[in-house]
Amino acid sequence: MALTKEQIAKRIAQELQDGFYVNLGIGIPTLVANYIPEGIEVELQSENGLLGMGPFPITGEEDADLINAGKQTITTLAGSVFFDSAMSFGMIRAGKVDLTVLGAMEVADNGDIANWKVPGKMVKGMGGAMDLVASAKNIIVAMQHTDKAGNSKLLKSCSLPITGRACVKKIVSDLGVFDITENGFVCIEHAPGVSIEEIKAKTAGRLSIHASIKEMNV
Amino acid sequence: MSLHKVVANAEEAIKGIQSGQTLLLGGFGLCGIPENCITALVKKGVDQLTCISNNAGVDDFGIGLLLQTKQVKKMIASYVGENDEFERQLLSGELEVELIPQGTLATRCMAAGYGMPAIYTPAGVGTEVADGKEVRNFNGKDYLLEYAFDADYAIVKAWKGDTKGNLIFKDTARNFNPLMAMAGKITIAEVEHLVEAGSLDPNDIHTPGIYVNYIFQGEAYEKRIEKRTVRN
Repeated sequence: MALTKEQIAKRIAQELQDGFYVNLGIGIPTLVANYIPEGIEVELQSENGLLGMGPFPITGEEDADLINAGKQTITTLAGSVFFDSAMSFGMIRAGKVDLTVLGAMEVADNGDIANWKVPGKMVKGMGGAMDLVASAKNIIVAMQHTDKAGNSKLLKSCSLPITGRACVKKIVSDLGVFDITENGFVCIEHAPGVSIEEIKAKTAGRLSIHASIKEMNV
Repeated sequence: MSLHKVVANAEEAIKGIQSGQTLLLGGFGLCGIPENCITALVKKGVDQLTCISNNAGVDDFGIGLLLQTKQVKKMIASYVGENDEFERQLLSGELEVELIPQGTLATRCMAAGYGMPAIYTPAGVGTEVADGKEVRNFNGKDYLLEYAFDADYAIVKAWKGDTKGNLIFKDTARNFNPLMAMAGKITIAEVEHLVEAGSLDPNDIHTPGIYVNYIFQGEAYEKRIEKRTVRN
């Protein structure tokens, strides 16, 4: 069975290490905050100017001045800090953020990512995604393996305008976990009940299966 | 610059703004936007404006109000979702739009405020954002040359300000506001609380008053929440 969005988030949370500064994008990446493993402390960076992002507020405590990069109301934690947008992208550009998790429409087998524009259809803009992918030390993409029509989103090369070149290191999809290497996608884990054959059939880019492939623990 | 910066209201603060000028507008989404000045610009009716702001508001609030009245010729932003009228004007060709990375937007403001003509950034290398731009390699990595903004006015919103134009921002409503305040040839600040010079601790000030030309206390802040989200 293909994974739910929550299971994808839960698997990505296993990549977190104690002391990491982490930027979580909009969509599935936001859910990763719900599955931070016990005993691990991470600080969430929100690129609109907050380090140490807390959970959503309880009703009645929403504050229009306190939002995340997805414009949702949030809270702070002990030790949180606010800063302006130049400093926010300064810490991203300077490599101080350890891990960036974001969604994608397409990823190529060399690590190119497309997630900001569908020409003639969607013109929302790149927001902070181009800055993040150009500078992040480690980028994990959370995505559905195929689009609604069943076409693979793991490609030889992106058909949509790209957000960044050769930057994605790992993909967690609803079918498995894939490292991106010189030899393209390497499947290191498969979702419970998902066969290697299905993964091969639904991956358009270069794909190899790791010799010691495991079942995902989600 | 006059040291007498306090004006009565938004109408007075924006009275010098002319059609065809370029405006930097602070805020992220609807958070920290200069509500009073946007309303006054709609009333004044100046048009053919170039607006530089991270977002374009929503249909009936923020910069969306200036789009409804077709006062904007060109929008420079990083993310423009959540605005149907914007999308309609863009797809019909009525509105010119330049989408740029958010960090590039911030840094082009910063460069202007720090008196630097341009900066190099890795954001957008190898993408269509790089089209026609100078690429330079430093230490094995490519960077794009991006120019400082050259804007006639910056319009920002702060939490507190004093009669000398010193500003303090609150929470994530800070965002682009201090950067844009520094980047405008003329800067207008609207604040929730205007106090006498000397009542703010100099250690707490985010934007020194030297960057601010006009300041006033705004009225009836709506401070609309775009995506109210709770955990219970």
